[in-house]
Amino acid sequence: MTGAPMLQTLGLEKRFGGVHAIAGVDFALADGELRCLIGPNGAGKSTFFKMLTGQMQPSAGRIVFAGTDITRAPAHEIGRLGIGIKNQVPDVFDGLAVRENLWLAARRGNAIAATRQIVGELMARLQLADIAHRPVGELAHGQRQWVEIGMVLARQPKLVLLDEPSAGMSAEETNRTAALIREVNKTTTIIVVEHDMQFIRQIATKVTVFHQGQILVEDAFDRIMTNPTVRDVYLGRQASA
Amino acid sequence: MLHDGLSLGAAGERPGRLWWMGVAAAFVALMVLPSFLNIFQQINLSVVFILALLALSMSFLWGYAGILSFGQTAFFGLGGYAFAVLALNFGETTFSLLAAILLAMLFAALFGYFMIYGRISDIYLSVMTLVITLIFEKAIKSTSGEWYVIGKVRLNGQNGIPTVPSLRVPWHPVKELGVDGVFYLSAGLLVLVYVGLRLLLTTPFGRVLVGIRENTRRIELLGYDSRRYKLAAFIICGGIAALAGVLYGVWGNFVGPDMFGLKRAAEVIVWVIVGGKSTLAGPIAGTAIVQILKTRLGSESVGEWLPLILGVVLMLVVLVFRDGLLAGFGGAIVWIYRHIRGSAA
Amino acid sequence: MQDLASYLYLISYSFAIFVLISLGLAVIFGMMRVINLAQGEFLMLGAYVCVEATKAGLPLWLAIGIAGLAVGAFGIVVERLIIRFLYGRIIDTLLATWGLSLSLIGGVTILYGPQSVSVGADLGNFQLSEVYFPRYGLIVIAMALLLLAGTYGLWRFTRFGLVVRGTMQNAPMANAMGINTGLVYMLTFGFGSALTGLAGALLVPIVGASPQLGLSYIAKAFITVIAGGPLPLLGTTAASAIFSTIDGIVSYRASTVVSEVAVLLIAIVLLRLLPLGITGRLRRGL
Repeated sequence: MTGAPMLQTLGLEKRFGGVHAIAGVDFALADGELRCLIGPNGAGKSTFFKMLTGQMQPSAGRIVFAGTDITRAPAHEIGRLGIGIKNQVPDVFDGLAVRENLWLAARRGNAIAATRQIVGELMARLQLADIAHRPVGELAHGQRQWVEIGMVLARQPKLVLLDEPSAGMSAEETNRTAALIREVNKTTTIIVVEHDMQFIRQIATKVTVFHQGQILVEDAFDRIMTNPTVRDVYLGRQASA
Repeated sequence: MLHDGLSLGAAGERPGRLWWMGVAAAFVALMVLPSFLNIFQQINLSVVFILALLALSMSFLWGYAGILSFGQTAFFGLGGYAFAVLALNFGETTFSLLAAILLAMLFAALFGYFMIYGRISDIYLSVMTLVITLIFEKAIKSTSGEWYVIGKVRLNGQNGIPTVPSLRVPWHPVKELGVDGVFYLSAGLLVLVYVGLRLLLTTPFGRVLVGIRENTRRIELLGYDSRRYKLAAFIICGGIAALAGVLYGVWGNFVGPDMFGLKRAAEVIVWVIVGGKSTLAGPIAGTAIVQILKTRLGSESVGEWLPLILGVVLMLVVLVFRDGLLAGFGGAIVWIYRHIRGSAA
Repeated sequence: MQDLASYLYLISYSFAIFVLISLGLAVIFGMMRVINLAQGEFLMLGAYVCVEATKAGLPLWLAIGIAGLAVGAFGIVVERLIIRFLYGRIIDTLLATWGLSLSLIGGVTILYGPQSVSVGADLGNFQLSEVYFPRYGLIVIAMALLLLAGTYGLWRFTRFGLVVRGTMQNAPMANAMGINTGLVYMLTFGFGSALTGLAGALLVPIVGASPQLGLSYIAKAFITVIAGGPLPLLGTTAASAIFSTIDGIVSYRASTVVSEVAVLLIAIVLLRLLPLGITGRLRRGL
């Protein structure tokens, strides 16, 4: 890690009534990293993402992105600061065509000509050109995810959050997505939440394991895979204190 | 599918040559029409145009910005009353027209700001719009006393203001707009607003609005502040409703509390539902259909039955026809057609 | 000193009216998240039932009770025929209930004509400082408090109330535990309707029954329930308290219409500051 982390959370907490969805998370991400977040269901990964993008307000703690405190910032401000998220359930404009979706994403902050260019490039890169005019609501799940990824990339963000990007994809689509992520990582910092271990194997370097709202362990992928505590957690046994 | 041809997919794209030709043809037809109509027909048709404007103000807000406003009648009435008060006090009609619309838009800005920037839920917003128009109606109805005067104009409570002046031609102030003048004006403005809204949809602003309606969360994540866009749409539609209100006052030389009332508000919803909110032309057609039916079915005796009929229609449409009556019938026709083809094949 | 007593009466009376017209809506909207735009017409129906019952010779207090039951039964019918198909479809519920509202107003106007019909409550007046207030007003205040306490008690302390609260919180879970959630919705809607019908009947000696009765009060009822926030009983009480204080003072000094507008303005500002309503941040409680 060189210099200050790009993203940092300090003592982040989220309570829903009596439930501690996030129970004190100190997280740091370096510029240019590709980090994977794994953990059993309910470990708090999506909640964590939602707080990073302003979709949810933390109960306690701080979030600092590129030197700015974004703990209480509203979603549209965070979007402008350069964080993009592909949500677990695709958040796209179902009633609009693929091209329209990308256009709206690219338009914010760009002139008309630049917008058109960005949309064209994205459609080529993501191979969406032949479905450009189809309403996104009619597409298969995997294609919808790509449209959403495209919308995120259209913003040319500094940090991209991907919540289960390979969900519902065929093997071939999954490979393409992994390749895409690796390619995007050359210019953008990425955090990926995933369950598919084969997928993670294709992209991962450092992995953070979430459990019961906290970070259990952070390490390189290979060591995580052989870590007995991680295995216990996934199998449901109590993580040893 | 019938739906695709009329549906929103086409909204963001620039209208093609065919559309422009259609609009031009409609415009010419409307301008020529008065020579074929007698006075009463012109009067009846003029009010259809005016009310269609009101319907558009509600349907655009709902179908394209995702805001269900029961209270466009609040701006309708506000526009009409403001024009009446200003024109009767100052004698100047063009200025009064513009000022009345501006006043209504200002009010829309204030109310809209408080509601939309407060981020109250969409449902609360809808209910509050209904509340506003009901309270306006009540307030105006109670102004019967002679001390309720603005300048020299008595508000007159229940009875309304019956001396609303006709519009004077701005560049020829001696000439007033007669029946045919009102016809040309309302038809012309309807076409203008229709074209304006259609073009607005092709602008980045319009496309963001549609994005907000489709998925507000995603729009916000992309960095757009949805509140600004919603407020702008609310103000624009308030202005359109106010324009309709002024025209209404000029049309009948009368403004009254029924402009704000529940019956009028209900009619707006019915027009939009009949015509469908997915298109811009739909509500215009819906207004025309319902209004023409009304005049055909006669006045007084039916008038009494009207709320009941409207109410039942509304309930039926919601429970049975989800996309509006026109689309419902269209869909039914397509379904029948397919079935016939299927059994023949 | 004399003025203070008058203010106190006026505010209490206004509070009672706010509570009465809003309580049924609070149950239906607050508990069930159903926006019933016909709630005002339930008020109106209750008033007419009361009028008819007294015309048939029944004493006023009995007529009021019958009105409550009758409108409650009507509410159950409405729930079965309309509302039940629209759970979760909020916009459609808005439109359908509005259609119902129009139909009821239209139908009643055809049957009874647009003028108002009244029944007197000859209880005489009492005096506060130099002003006379009707004794019936005290009955209204008492009834409002009674209904409020009764509803709270029902919700909080009875098994029925617990079942309802559980169903509202998590219907699939309630179903899994063997609770007939359809029945629960039906009864709750009926209960909310009955409360409003009762309120309408109570209003008859004051304003009379007319087809427009619901329209006169629905705006206030919605403002109160929305400003109250997600906890229906606590929220309605709090909002009623705030609005009635303003209303009591302003209507005494100016006029009722001015106070209506004043309450609306205060509500708008309140919603701007607390967009979720007064009880928006509270987790527990009713």
